[in-house]
Amino acid sequence: MALDRWIALILLGVCLTYGYTAWFTMDGSLPPFMQRNPIWPSTFPKVLSILGVGACSIILLGFEKSEVKEADIDYRRLGEYHLGQAISLLVLMVVYALCLRPVGFLIATSSFLILGSFILGERKWHIMLPVAFVATGSVWYLVQEVLGIYMRPLPGVFGG
Amino acid sequence: MLEGLLIGLQTAFSIQNLLMVVAGCLIGTFIGMLPGLGPMSIIAIMIPVAISMGDPSAALILLAGVYYGAIFGGSTSSILLNAPGVAGTVASSFDGYPMARQGKAGKALTIAAIASFAGGTIGAILLMVFAPALSSVALLFHSAEYFALMVVGLSAIAAFAGSGQVAKAVIMTTMGLIMATVGEGALFNLPRFTMGIMDLQSGFGFITLAMAMFALPEALFLVLKPKDLKGDDGKIKDLRITKAEAKAITPVIGRQSVQGFFIGVLPGAGATIASFLGYAVERNIAPKDEQEEFGKGSIKGLAAPESANNAACTGSFVPLLTLGIPGSGTTAILLGALIALNVTPGPRLMLDEPQIFWSVIMSMFIGNLVLLILNLPLIPYIAKVLAVPRNYLIPFILFFTLMGAYIGQNNATELLILVGFGVCATALKFADYPLAPLLIGFILGGMMEDNFSRSMQLYDGIAFIWERPMTLGLLAIAVLLVLLPSYRARRARARAAGVADGD
Repeated sequence: MALDRWIALILLGVCLTYGYTAWFTMDGSLPPFMQRNPIWPSTFPKVLSILGVGACSIILLGFEKSEVKEADIDYRRLGEYHLGQAISLLVLMVVYALCLRPVGFLIATSSFLILGSFILGERKWHIMLPVAFVATGSVWYLVQEVLGIYMRPLPGVFGG
Repeated sequence: MLEGLLIGLQTAFSIQNLLMVVAGCLIGTFIGMLPGLGPMSIIAIMIPVAISMGDPSAALILLAGVYYGAIFGGSTSSILLNAPGVAGTVASSFDGYPMARQGKAGKALTIAAIASFAGGTIGAILLMVFAPALSSVALLFHSAEYFALMVVGLSAIAAFAGSGQVAKAVIMTTMGLIMATVGEGALFNLPRFTMGIMDLQSGFGFITLAMAMFALPEALFLVLKPKDLKGDDGKIKDLRITKAEAKAITPVIGRQSVQGFFIGVLPGAGATIASFLGYAVERNIAPKDEQEEFGKGSIKGLAAPESANNAACTGSFVPLLTLGIPGSGTTAILLGALIALNVTPGPRLMLDEPQIFWSVIMSMFIGNLVLLILNLPLIPYIAKVLAVPRNYLIPFILFFTLMGAYIGQNNATELLILVGFGVCATALKFADYPLAPLLIGFILGGMMEDNFSRSMQLYDGIAFIWERPMTLGLLAIAVLLVLLPSYRARRARARAAGVADGD
């Protein structure tokens, strides 16, 4: 089975779960005065679940034939690309998301930028470090001081 | 009207107001380039500055300049980095980004600037002529028609899908609509589908989803398979538009400016729908061989949404200035600013305070001109962004996508959602699922459900579909739009198999 049909299968599961919630579990908690309404919070989702299940089955059962075209990246040979770099960058983003609050914006961002280019193979520290520090500083200044959106600059222990 | 024009010119051409336009355009362009800060947030940030000036005309002129600048800045990031920060510029990335990939970033930005200029200017002329009359037409549209109009907009997505892709486009649209139902609906105030997670109470953020669908997979693809963003010879070339290209895009710009303006007049429709519909319409009426080009760097495909969204921005001032009804989030903020300045927009505005009404219209012309003059010389420098070495560019793209999602919601969970959806989007991209329909479905989903519920309540059931002819007509168009591509594909296959057409 090709990847697009696997994905259709997964999405079918999502639609079925969604539909189950909409058709069977949501209406129970509806307050009585709302039950007189012609439209319930579950009305629109019910329609959507039918639409979604229908469209997923069309792909899954192969009713619609599409010509196979040359993809930009062939997922069957994923190992031949720079998969390691991509995964490490994703991990880095997750770590950044988790650290942004506790560590503070300035430290988290400059390490994100430095480690990001390090993962991609950059080793010129004399360029990487200044670029990261200047960029972090100027973005922080713009967002915090000019636009007035609060971002904790330093770790919480320093009272930032 | 002539008298009004002169009043407007007199007000708008004072040194102070000219400076306001220039400053507004510059601020808007530069901040608008950062994904995550759309016109709405920039205007909201500028309101304290505008109000403290005290002069309503000057304040409105400044804010209008910021608005235009932000829309143009937003197209810059969607063309260069495939990171649309504003819903209205999502359609610009469909063809703008492929052009940038082919080394034609300069040309793409030039086309965007010219198309925006033309769209804004034509929109302003139409606003001047039609504003009084249009305000009554806009009131004819009820929630039932809005619902139908959005269904048409979503069905037009079938136009984005190539042959044999309609079912995939429908799935992605449905997924977008489903994601839009997560969180509290406006009419019910009950959390739905949040799985008990507090952070989902307010639904998914638009910026988060836009970044996850477009910017993140694109950046991951660049990591997986390094490609030079520059042209073959490593130079950014083709800044100028040739005569043939100018000839090709002129009718597109003309049509889309008019269409975009009229869509923008409808409250609630706005620049987003205008740009998607503009793209779909131009794709459908283009000759067969040019249709293939759409999505791969067609100049028409870039010019259409760019002129449509700017014309629609201008159009959205019609209900604001004539009825006092804000048609979009941005104009709602403008309305707030106006009221704070002791100006009440409405039918009496043109009579009571003509200098405000007309100076805003004149400042639209000036704003568009200033944008063009400022931006054309800057384009080579803006396009140089792509010449930044890959090792630095990619971390920065990732960082800006994260920042965009973070600034909007100030919530670190949003960043985890971003990464999660980004990985899903990359998998979908591998399997050749179109990602744009999902985002369009998400943007329109909330509005669509609200209008649907409202008309259901007004008519106590779904009777509004057949009792309102305009709704029925629009829905019929929507059905045709979905069925036509698959019918065409079937006929093409039948013809390829040697079956005669029968005519």
